[in-house]
Amino acid sequence: MSQSNTNKASPDAATQLDIFRRMLRIERNDDATRSQIRRGRITAPYYSARGQEVIPATVSNLLNDDDKICTIYRGIHDMVAKDMPLRPLWAEICGRVDGTCKGKGGPMHLTHPETGVMVTTGIVGSSMPIANGFAWAALLDGTKQVTVAYFGDGASNIGAFHEALNLASVWKLPVIFVCQNNGFAEHTRYENGTSVDFIAKRAIGYGMPGYTVDGNDPFDMYAHAHAAVERARAGEGPTLLECKTFRFMGHVFGDDDSYMTKEEKAEAMAKDPVALYRQKLIDTGVATEEQLAEIQAKIEAEVQDAIDFAFQSEPPSTDELRRDVFAEEIPA
Amino acid sequence: MSTDTIEMVKMTGQQAVSAALFEAMEKDPKVLVFGEDVADREGGGVMGTTRGLSTKFGDARVRSTPIAEQSIIGAAIGAAMAGYKPVAEIMLMNFITVAMDMIVNHAAKLRFMSGGQSQVPMVIRTLTGAGWQTAGQHCDHFEGWFAHTAGIKVVAPATPADYKGLLLSAIQDPDPVLFIENNRTMFMAGEVPVNQGPIPLGKARIAQEGKDITLISYSGIVAHCHMAAAELAKAGISAEIVDLRTISPWDKETVLASVEKTGRALVVHEAVRDFGPGAEIAATIQEELFGKLKAPVRRLGAPYCAVPFAKVLEDAYLVQPPAIVAAAQELAARG
Repeated sequence: MSQSNTNKASPDAATQLDIFRRMLRIERNDDATRSQIRRGRITAPYYSARGQEVIPATVSNLLNDDDKICTIYRGIHDMVAKDMPLRPLWAEICGRVDGTCKGKGGPMHLTHPETGVMVTTGIVGSSMPIANGFAWAALLDGTKQVTVAYFGDGASNIGAFHEALNLASVWKLPVIFVCQNNGFAEHTRYENGTSVDFIAKRAIGYGMPGYTVDGNDPFDMYAHAHAAVERARAGEGPTLLECKTFRFMGHVFGDDDSYMTKEEKAEAMAKDPVALYRQKLIDTGVATEEQLAEIQAKIEAEVQDAIDFAFQSEPPSTDELRRDVFAEEIPA
Repeated sequence: MSTDTIEMVKMTGQQAVSAALFEAMEKDPKVLVFGEDVADREGGGVMGTTRGLSTKFGDARVRSTPIAEQSIIGAAIGAAMAGYKPVAEIMLMNFITVAMDMIVNHAAKLRFMSGGQSQVPMVIRTLTGAGWQTAGQHCDHFEGWFAHTAGIKVVAPATPADYKGLLLSAIQDPDPVLFIENNRTMFMAGEVPVNQGPIPLGKARIAQEGKDITLISYSGIVAHCHMAAAELAKAGISAEIVDLRTISPWDKETVLASVEKTGRALVVHEAVRDFGPGAEIAATIQEELFGKLKAPVRRLGAPYCAVPFAKVLEDAYLVQPPAIVAAAQELAARG
């Protein structure tokens, strides 16, 4: 139920392969994270985005290094897709001093400005009003930078969404609101908490294009994200992308999934976007099995290196409690 | 240079705020001003405080916003992190409640939670104070909430000179600052040095020297302390007035030095007394100076109720000079 998208951009072979690399980096990293949690080596709650890989992998392919993202507690996939280095990411997840936030943010609040990971919020909806600020700064600076605000379907029901979309539209901000609609707001099924059948419809109310996209299809994602990025860079304003997907691992890793049926979960997992896309690249001759295996080996080595690095890193000093509260350290 | 050679000009707190904004925008192209109705097309602010800025500095740097406080503060945070120095106006302090997530969870904490990678050098200007019969949703003093939130500074000037000097400092500060304008003092005139520059945050001001009791206050109630001190003087009680200027981080050193000298402390503020900033100050004084006090530390603040409408109730709600005089006399009679 989206507005019609006249942009029919299609990814070339190199782009298709790059999207796959980013997806696989997310999937391998997520798999390793869950493995470390199962072994008791990580004690923090983990909000896996397994199943949602296509969305940030495709969007990130269209972004430059200096384009910015504001994401949420289920957002490690967004950072990995943006090519955030894994060593500081893992050290942060493990609460170590070499973490990107010196162990003071943790897996729900990672920041890495060098790769454009500006804010990760634990508050539903709050990525959007802040993304507007970055987009406004880009406009004032006269750059063509784009800011992406990632959020879930549940966040489209909170005030921040509505205020942010309105302001972005009135000020024609170069921001893209990317809703990863996985069908559940924590444990509440989409239709029990959302007044419209398609979140993209809400864009009409704010005077911006809104598209409902198959968030598990890199080609559909590419065409729509491409249109949104072009529009933002051209100074024409924001776009709302509603990307339909499914989260395989529940709200928080380890929850009992009793709020969804076994059938719907099994059906979604049978259509694992990573596996399907991998096969498609081979079937269409974009890549060979050997090429993909090589990409995978490289990623797995990178993930393992990051894990080793993280667990060798020290916990932060308790002096950190007095640092970064203000620019000036608080005296002991 | 002695003080009497400084050229002074008479202006209100509002004119001082306006002067600071003009000066800051002139000096630093990264300073932005935005909020509801702040541009000249909308009248230059509901009280006219930002009048003239958009005409001089353009619509790109001075923008009126929708009535959407969450999006105002969100935009300020993002712009600040991207290198700008936003001065966001929240028209009245009660309206800040709908932007609490942005301020408390984000503006105040992003530096810490990012391990120092992010900085949010923004100012939130807001107006408040009882006396205009606007009742319980337009004039609360909520500074205690923000002083209790690590990572945001809270500034509440009492004089026109301080309105200018403290705002200049707030805008250049590397951290988020909540700048509270009190509606009674904002429109009172006072002498301001023509070249009033930045006044450091976190430093209190001895507004009046005295030897028998220290009155500790800030914002609109400092004026009430001056009136009370004049009455006390007639009764032979010499009151020292400490104007905190900055509530968080507050100037413990100046307060403790003054109370050590006088041996008596009365903390007075407009905010509700219960769990108000006065509780923190009183507790610190007794922790640090227990054996040196001649009387218990006392607090005066608003009663535990919403700001009332009827004039007689509103007058009774606000700490008035006679209440300060009575409390100070009680303390002075001890020790």
